Formats: sequence, structure tokens, C-alpha cells
Amino acid sequence: MKITIEQVDYVAILGRLALSKEEKLKYMGQLDDILKYMDTLSAVPTDDVEPMAGPVELFTPLREDVVKPSLPIEKSLSNAPSTDGSSFLVPKIIE
Amino acid sequence: MSNLYEKTATELAGLLSSKKTSSVEITRSVLDRIDAVEPKIHSYVSVYPDLALAMAEEADRRIKAGRGNSLTGIPIAIKDNMCLQDKKTTCGSRILSNFSPPYDATVVRFIKDEGMVILGSANMDEFAMGSSTETSCWGPTKNPWDTDKIPGGSSGGSAAAVACGQATVALGSDTGGSIRLPAAFCGVTGIKPTYGAVSRFGLVAYASSLDQIGPFGRDISDIALLLNLLCRHDPMDSTSVPMSHPDFTSFLNKDVAGLTLGVPVEFFDKPGNRDVEKSLRSARDVFEKLGVKFVDMSLPSLNYGIAAYYVIAPSEASSNLARYDGVKYGHRSKDFESMIDMYCKTRAEGFGPEVKRRIMLGTYALSSGYYDAYYLKAAKIRTLITKDFKRAFESCDAIFAPVAPAPAFNIGEKMDDPIEMYLTDVFTIPVNMAGLPGISCPAGFSGTGLPIGMQLIAPHFGESKLVQLVAAFQRETDFHLKRPSI
Repeated sequence: MKITIEQVDYVAILGRLALSKEEKLKYMGQLDDILKYMDTLSAVPTDDVEPMAGPVELFTPLREDVVKPSLPIEKSLSNAPSTDGSSFLVPKIIE
Repeated sequence: MSNLYEKTATELAGLLSSKKTSSVEITRSVLDRIDAVEPKIHSYVSVYPDLALAMAEEADRRIKAGRGNSLTGIPIAIKDNMCLQDKKTTCGSRILSNFSPPYDATVVRFIKDEGMVILGSANMDEFAMGSSTETSCWGPTKNPWDTDKIPGGSSGGSAAAVACGQATVALGSDTGGSIRLPAAFCGVTGIKPTYGAVSRFGLVAYASSLDQIGPFGRDISDIALLLNLLCRHDPMDSTSVPMSHPDFTSFLNKDVAGLTLGVPVEFFDKPGNRDVEKSLRSARDVFEKLGVKFVDMSLPSLNYGIAAYYVIAPSEASSNLARYDGVKYGHRSKDFESMIDMYCKTRAEGFGPEVKRRIMLGTYALSSGYYDAYYLKAAKIRTLITKDFKRAFESCDAIFAPVAPAPAFNIGEKMDDPIEMYLTDVFTIPVNMAGLPGISCPAGFSGTGLPIGMQLIAPHFGESKLVQLVAAFQRETDFHLKRPSI
């Protein structure tokens, strides 16, 4: 299977990456090579195999629902690129 | 007497408790060493001399008052992907270059509570994606044994710092070999604990089902001390396993006669590097003289480890890294037209080439129409790898393996060939896939004087067995005592 430039464009949009023309061409070739290598996986019979999401037995640890101190607003906002002192500021999304 | 910066944490703890030195003296010695060699090695993203000396003074007061623990007053470097409150934590990435976390990672809290001395943040591949520490936005770390070579990655700064006395011990993280590989290339000892043994709270996520924090030291006794500190249940990490761990130092002097090591044919049947083969053969001789038995075995699914890993890890990464949107923290592009445009430009400017490549790969593997062929298939192969290991441990106590196919390679050598770079991790990746503990320790040198590592892998929560085996090996060998002349 060959990766096309249209597929690269589509995946870059899904991944929210503005790529240059050169980057797109480079990733097109590299993704193609990498995916060819991945295709060795299709040779492994896995019909009766359960997929594994993680190495530990997943369970939901429960705890008492008690109010605990949390970060003050100024601390939570201290790394934000743009704030009004109480909220994160983002570009307008509704006209 | 050798310099304080050359001593192990175990030796320094002895000197501290018998009042033969102070934490301030030790810390000054290590900081002077950093001044002397950092321009050549570049182990650190940030060094905090004032913080370190203040912590050392506090440690000395604590020891004087009789409240010192085993690691109080010992200097440590922290990989740049663990949150250090109000200090830069950049993950080697431009997108986090101004990020100062408002809280400490749980492991950092343990280190502070113990009274250890934090020296600074160690350099790493951007978002821990790499095997060479070349993808850091701050530039590469050099291998202290040969500065034309890479130190291994992604925790290359942590390993290099410990190798050349820029830190007594260090913390790293290991998603596909990122502790074990640089430990091998830099000639130090490093362990990736069992998934769930050490809290990941405050560790910047790369691939959450594979990431695990672990320590570097110059010998196994330092690793045992650090495991005692790190392996603790943390309610802030829902994958942290609630169980009690043994005192790992109690396994340092245990006999290993009668133990069995498994030798997977899949790790030894590829055309290999002669120096690596020679070192592994001699290591086997050492163990056999100690009464350890070796048994050949086959784990056929190991052959698919790399391919499955490079589906699963980038898939998890593409999802984890969605949070870097220029809103709550990190870099935001100055020039954009809309919300989506802001995301796309922010991320294009903030991420480096390897991170972008893995986001593209992971996004593709998870996208509609390809999920079954890639992610689901890889997740099933992960099950097969885990089952193969489980079966193997029915006939051995631990598995004996190389860490890397060859010693450290040249800076720049594999930067334009992602698959060649990915293949460096062929022996380390299956361990993360199954969530097992794996240790890397010095086992020889190449003809040109580069360190070569040996890897031992144990069943889940079998860290104590690894400590026992490596301690016995280090009693018989002196590879771990050799230091680079820099």
C-alpha cells in the first residue's frame, strides 16, 4: 500500500499539524516505509487472541468523595499563553 | 581518597552517617564537576546550584538532628519530563520551553521528603521519543566515553550525568528502553520497574500504557536504595498497584546458586555485533561459575515487538499530545486566523520532526478504516508477547538478554533513518509491552572502549530477583567500577 499526499494532508488535519510541503513529502515517504515494516504484523494469526490495552489488571480504584484543597486560580492560569485573570482566553469560535 | 563526586550513594550515605563529610561538601563537589564537564557533555537542560545547596544545608541539619534517611543529602538529577514545582519542566520540547508546573510529580515529592538534593533537570529526547537524546530541542547530550557518540536515549542526560560524576544518581523514564539503553551505552546501571510499581503522577505522558519511571546508579546497591524510595502505592495514579514491596537492599548479598536464566533464541539468532556477543558470552560464564543454570527457550512473538510497539506507542502519543493546543500552557503561535489554525500552527512550531512523525503515524493508525489493521492487530500481538513471557517464566527465574544490538553509534548517524533508529530498541521494547521489570548493567567494553550492557528481565514485581542477580554479577566483575576519562 502506498501512502498518498492526500492521505498525508488528511492525517495532518486530524493531528492538527500545519506541515510545509517539504515536511509532507518527507513524512509521506517515511510513513510508507514504516507502514511497510508494520505490515509484517499481518502474517501473525490472531483470530482467537484478545487485544491487550495495558499490562496491569484494570480496575477502578474507589475513594471517599470528600472535598480537598485544589490549586488556586492564579496558579492554574500561571502557564497560560493568554488569560483575563480568571479564565483562559481563546480566539472567538462563534460568529 | 577519591573525589566525592565519584562515590556511590551507598558510600556517601556511610560517610554522612559517620559525620566524615556533609551534604554541602558532596553537593559542592558534584556542582564543581558539572561546571567542569557540562560544556563537553550537556547532560542538563537546567542546573539549580542555589536550590541544590539550600537542599544540602537542610539535609545536613536533618542528619545532625538524627532525622536522616538512607538517601538524605545525596545529589540526584531528574529527567526533564517529571514535574518540578515552579521550575522549568520542558520535556526537551519547544512547546513546553516555558512551562513551570504548579505541583511536584509524586516521585519528586518522595525525593524531597527523603531530603535528597535536586541538582537539575536532565536532557532527553523530545517527549522521550528517541533512542539517542538527539531530538531534544536543547541539542544533543554526548556520550562521556566518546563525545562523538550518542549516550542512548531517551534518558541520555540522566545516564551521562551519572556516568561522569555530574550526579550521584538520577531518575529516568522508560517507554521502550529509555532507561536501559542509555544505561548500557554510558556504562551505568538502570532499571525499568514493573508497570504500576512507581507512580506516574506528574510524569509528562508519552505512551501511558508503557511509560514507567526508574532509577540510574553506578552500582546495584544504589539502585536498591532508590527502588526502596520509589516503589510505593500512589492514589494519584490509578495504575499504581496497591501492594507492599520488599526491602530491596536485603537482596544485595543473597546467593544466586540454583537460579535459572532463560535464553530466548529470538534475542540471540540475529547476526550480531562481535563485541556484544563476546560480552554476553563472558557474562554467562560469570553466572555459570556462580551456580546459575541457563536454559534455551523460544518466544516467537518477540520478533514482532518493534512493529507492534511502533503502532501502539505513537497511537497513545497522538492522543496524549492532543493536550498541547496553546490554550492552558505551553507555546502559542503568534500568527493565526481561527481556533483550528491556532492549534495547527502552535503545534507545527512547538513540536520537532520526530514528535510530528509519531503524531502522524499514531493518528493514521487510529484513523477510521485503519484501526483494525494496525492498532487492534498490535494490541493482540501485545497479548501474545505477554503470554510468551509468562510461559517462559514457568521454566526460569529471569531472562538473560542483550540491551542493544551494538554499542553507542555516532551522533547524526541514524537521524534520517527512523526505522534504523527504532531497531536500536529491539531487545528492550518487548519488556514494556508486557509491563515487566528489566535491568541493564555494565557487562563489558567494545574494542574501542565503549561500554556494553547486559539485560535481565523478571516476572511482574520480580525486581528483587534482578537486584539479587546483578549484585552477584557485580561482586565478580569490575565493569561497573570503570569511569570515562573526561
